[in-house]
Amino acid sequence: MTAVTADSQEAYEAVFDAAVAADERIEPRDWMPDAYRATLVRQIAQHAHSEIIGMQPEANWITRAPSLRRKAILMAKVQDEAGHGLYLYSAAETLGTGRDELLDKLHSGRQKYSSIFNYPTLTWADVGAIGWLVDGAAITNQVPLCRCSYGPYARAMVRICKEESFHQRQGYEALLALSRGTPAQHEMAQDAVNRWWWPSLMMFGPPDDESAHSAQSMAWKIKRHSNDELRQRFVDICVPQAESLRLTLPDPDLRWNEERGHHDFGAIDWAEFREVLKGNGPCNEQRITQRRRAHDEGAWVREAAAAYAAKQNDRIKGDESGETGEATA
Amino acid sequence: MTTSLNTAALALGDDALVLSHRLGEWAGHAPVLEEEVALANIALDLLGQARVLLSLAGDEDELAFLREERAFRNAQLVEQPNGDFAHTIARQLYFSTYQRLLYGRLAAAESRAGDEQQDTLKALAAKAVKEVAYHQDHAEQWTLRLGDGTPESHDRMQRACDALWRFTGELFQPVEGVDVDWRELEADWLASVSAVLGRAALSVPEGRRETPWSAGAGRQGVHTESFGRMLAEMQHLHRSHPGASW
Repeated sequence: MTAVTADSQEAYEAVFDAAVAADERIEPRDWMPDAYRATLVRQIAQHAHSEIIGMQPEANWITRAPSLRRKAILMAKVQDEAGHGLYLYSAAETLGTGRDELLDKLHSGRQKYSSIFNYPTLTWADVGAIGWLVDGAAITNQVPLCRCSYGPYARAMVRICKEESFHQRQGYEALLALSRGTPAQHEMAQDAVNRWWWPSLMMFGPPDDESAHSAQSMAWKIKRHSNDELRQRFVDICVPQAESLRLTLPDPDLRWNEERGHHDFGAIDWAEFREVLKGNGPCNEQRITQRRRAHDEGAWVREAAAAYAAKQNDRIKGDESGETGEATA
Repeated sequence: MTTSLNTAALALGDDALVLSHRLGEWAGHAPVLEEEVALANIALDLLGQARVLLSLAGDEDELAFLREERAFRNAQLVEQPNGDFAHTIARQLYFSTYQRLLYGRLAAAESRAGDEQQDTLKALAAKAVKEVAYHQDHAEQWTLRLGDGTPESHDRMQRACDALWRFTGELFQPVEGVDVDWRELEADWLASVSAVLGRAALSVPEGRRETPWSAGAGRQGVHTESFGRMLAEMQHLHRSHPGASW
């Protein structure tokens, strides 16, 4: 018996490996290695959590947006983020886990979200800087995920990337308006870029030689490029954009390297990155507390919806068995 | 631009602007993710209506960010703080039922030759009525769930309906330039809201729907205390940079 099981295990693995090698999509009902499933649940859940926590720094400015047009754009963006969270929880659920379970892991700190959302939005310009840099980094990371080997995740990313690129352009345009505005507005924009630049570079994760999951994820074609490759690509994209914004990037070592055909840039403060990941960033406590509070204070609402649905079901059953005369549809 | 169109645009526009702002305060705090989407969606629809209406009356940003409290013409109902989810839903039920009935009438009105003002409001209402029908449905569905959910949700929903009842009379103070039968509108509103409350196992509140202190007051620029703080937050950044564009 054992031998047969081992054989079929190998046969399944061979089918899976061949599908991945041929760039075919793995779908929810297909066999997949347990570790592949676990890696995807971890990554997709963390991605979903990031969308949900990521609403907070921007929502912080909805009630203070300086024009009705900007207010509408910002509200639409925060709404999209909730929608992205919903797509991603659905994608994670195809792997056999529930949204409630994932939210519970977020609330108890057992699953993480992107370190970037632990930084505060201190001025209106931060909303523009988040759009340009944070969404820009997210897109650089996520566009390759549209070709990820797991079908539901790849398809969610196609939809998400379309909306994210729109947000990124709006963020750039908001910064442009500030940069070309009054001296005070220009200064506000520069200050925001100074504060968001390095945390944005950290969004690509630890350097390649310290990245625990990279090699396996690349072999499984969940990841297509290394952290450092994507980070370099992002820096190369941002430099000319910063020039046309007439803003500087806060890195004295940033310069074009003719030989490499890329920009060289300064050292990232990995000690800060690790502190933020450990929960010691400027807003970690505040972000998770707000999320928990929204969830806890909403418990009676969710209980009411469940109780109402149960009553409706009972009424329908009652109608079907002829016990009550009144239709409840 | 006639004076009466100006009055109508400011009253209806301020209602939409202020309620949109209140709903925007929910972002990141909703009881369930689907409601993050729904509340933001409604807020955006209302903000869109506000922008069209305020633009009829002048520059939307000047009107939103540079008027003081006494110059706002919204009804006091929409400026009421969010409170708990039941409070927000009761406010939505009362207001979206009013908006749906009002815009339904404005959209269906027969065009009168040469009455451009009526045409303007009719065109606006024709677009908005589709949005507010959705808002009303959302509020009604939640009223049923909360009213006929658990004992706790029932009590919270009843308290919310009772607390906001006294602000509903003002919605039917005639607004100059809005040519509808206000008494008929009010009767339809009462019938519609009472029916929903009945289905939700809630009592129709017994108190007065207006008081000598609140009747028509918002439309005259007399507001409740929390409104000034709301405006302080909303207008602060815009006012800090006079003449800047964003």
